[in-house]
Amino acid sequence: MSRAGTASDAYAPGDTVALFIPCFIDVLFPSVGKAVVSIFERLGVNLDYPAEQTCCGQPALNGGHRKEALELAARFGDIFEEYKWIVVPSGSCGAMTKRFYSTLDPGGKAAAVGTRVFDLATFLVDVLGTVDVGARFPHSVTMLDGCHGRRELGCTAAARRLLQAVGDIDYRELPAIEECCGFGGLFSVKFEALSTSMGSAKCANATATGAEYLVSGDSSCLMHVGGMLEHRGSNLKTLHLAEVLASR
Amino acid sequence: MTIHFDRRQVHDDLHSPSAPPILDSSMRRAVEHKHAAQTLIAWDELRERAHEIKAYSIEHLDELLVRFEREFIARGGRVLWTQTADEAASRFLDICRAHGARSVVKGKSMVSEELELNARLTAAGIDPVETDLGEYIVQLAGERPSHIIAPAIHMSRQDVGSLFERKLKVDYTDDPEALSEIARLRLRQRYLDAGVGMTGANFGIAETGTVVVVENEGNGGLSAQAPPVQIVVMGIEKVIPTLDDLIVFLQLLARSGTGQKMSTYVHHFLGPVDGRAMYCIFVDAGRTDLLADPVARESLYCIRCGACLNVCPIYRRVGGGAYGWVYPGPIGSVITPSMVGVEDAGELPFASTLCGACAAECPVKIDLPHLLVHERSRSVDEGAASSPLENAAVSSWARAMSSSRGYSFAVLAARVGGAVSSMLPWISPAARAWSKERSMPKVASMTFKDWWRER
Ligand code: SF4
Repeated sequence: MSRAGTASDAYAPGDTVALFIPCFIDVLFPSVGKAVVSIFERLGVNLDYPAEQTCCGQPALNGGHRKEALELAARFGDIFEEYKWIVVPSGSCGAMTKRFYSTLDPGGKAAAVGTRVFDLATFLVDVLGTVDVGARFPHSVTMLDGCHGRRELGCTAAARRLLQAVGDIDYRELPAIEECCGFGGLFSVKFEALSTSMGSAKCANATATGAEYLVSGDSSCLMHVGGMLEHRGSNLKTLHLAEVLASR
Repeated sequence: MTIHFDRRQVHDDLHSPSAPPILDSSMRRAVEHKHAAQTLIAWDELRERAHEIKAYSIEHLDELLVRFEREFIARGGRVLWTQTADEAASRFLDICRAHGARSVVKGKSMVSEELELNARLTAAGIDPVETDLGEYIVQLAGERPSHIIAPAIHMSRQDVGSLFERKLKVDYTDDPEALSEIARLRLRQRYLDAGVGMTGANFGIAETGTVVVVENEGNGGLSAQAPPVQIVVMGIEKVIPTLDDLIVFLQLLARSGTGQKMSTYVHHFLGPVDGRAMYCIFVDAGRTDLLADPVARESLYCIRCGACLNVCPIYRRVGGGAYGWVYPGPIGSVITPSMVGVEDAGELPFASTLCGACAAECPVKIDLPHLLVHERSRSVDEGAASSPLENAAVSSWARAMSSSRGYSFAVLAARVGGAVSSMLPWISPAARAWSKERSMPKVASMTFKDWWRER
């Protein structure tokens, strides 16, 4: 296992990938983590899952609790330090580690380790060079693009290419795809009316596509928009990108 | 003064995207124009260049301001340095009194809003008149500008028609041209009567001591030059090194602000002419506090184009009035804490999802979401935004997340008590706020961690 390694190195067959499965995915959406495992097994990628991992600290940082965020970032840095490749099925937690750690603690260990974190779509498309992961999903889907994935990590194009390459899929572009769904963690409860106003627009745009599934690389946005859809008794179901890519 | 972010202004009709309020549709139009205009030039390179020039200018602010002052004085102008908004307003009044001015015509200026100049002038028996059409409307209505470049964006033309009918005693019309004509006729004599004309400054050019004012209506030029005395009120962050640098910003500013390729007027004021007097009041008012903070400093690069407001999903829903002070939108939430005090800025930095739409549009590439996160930390550090209860909840959650045992315990609590909040700390104080329009996420029967271990 390589100790050094930077984000710009090329992936060599046999390199181990460390899975970073965010805390809320671990507990609320474990099927997302399992789907990631099955995709990588299909592609023959060696996996490791550092069992000590918990939370990257994003809820603390977003709430302004810098001290707690620093502690959790440092812990993340220690746990993942030995890995060259770290993959996370969440644009939001990916942005925290890859982009916000360097603002939080410039030059710190966590910031350095954070540069080696990749969201799932970017890793598959840009690092492995794989667009067709051998999935089949005979349904209509539209994509909810998480803002952190889109703007902090730039993974929208990769996610779209992956979805469009899935066998028998009917991909429909979401109108106003670039607009935020209104989740924002703490924001969703602190500014509840604004959050659900934004969520309503997203629900309406997604429903207008007539798709069966709303797919995203971010379970956190799906938790909010999916929660709204369920509350309204909508037929539109939500799925994580990994779950679609794992289907055959 | 504590600023309350007024979330009540979220209109109910926003729940129906088919009927967007005025603000939302105006903003969408502005963004479309901007995107169309920016395809005509090397947008990304220009932004990069603008960011570099501003970075240099802010790092060398002391030298550049002194250079500007020297050149400006050499051209016959006078410079006044002020530390607070209050002091700047007082110096402004002193100049008006010294010249016996009874009225002041004002070009559009956000800094003058910081100074509460209209109120200060009125209290001193001097009559201020806003000459930018939007500002004129807002002044008549007794309101504050709700957008930094489109002050009356929150009003429909029908609103303006009724306002004019009521305040100016004219027949009702909602025809924009007719409304502009009414304002134009009213303002004409005011320019001639005014003892002092005031403008802001979009840029101060250090090498030449030039004050650059960008505008579209011609009112800025008239305000500056029709009266015998011109006073420029300028935030100290406005100075850039050279005229070559200016060209970079002019291309970006017009496109970002209004979607124009170039503004209608770009005035270069080079000191007083024809026996007139010209003053420049430098305003600090919190800017050196921003300068002293290595992270927040980047907010001084702002050229006040308004693009970050136009794309902001929060601004589009609540409008500028909800932000409670002079500068709304993402940039407002970043600079207000340093200008009015972290405590008084209240929860402004929290009124964002950190979606980053603002940063993607900003012509000088200010990393607004990262600056908002920084302001949130300052706010919590100073005890301004979080309750002791929240602090305790976050620190015990963080302690749980700091060890495998603590984590297992939090998972257990979530499973047994159904209390998702042990995992997602922000849900806890406000589970009702979450559940009002959304179903609660459910704890799975087996975590990924356990599945991995057992597989
Ligand atoms: S922060 Fe950027 S986008 Fe916003 S007003 Fe300033 S220059 Fe324009």
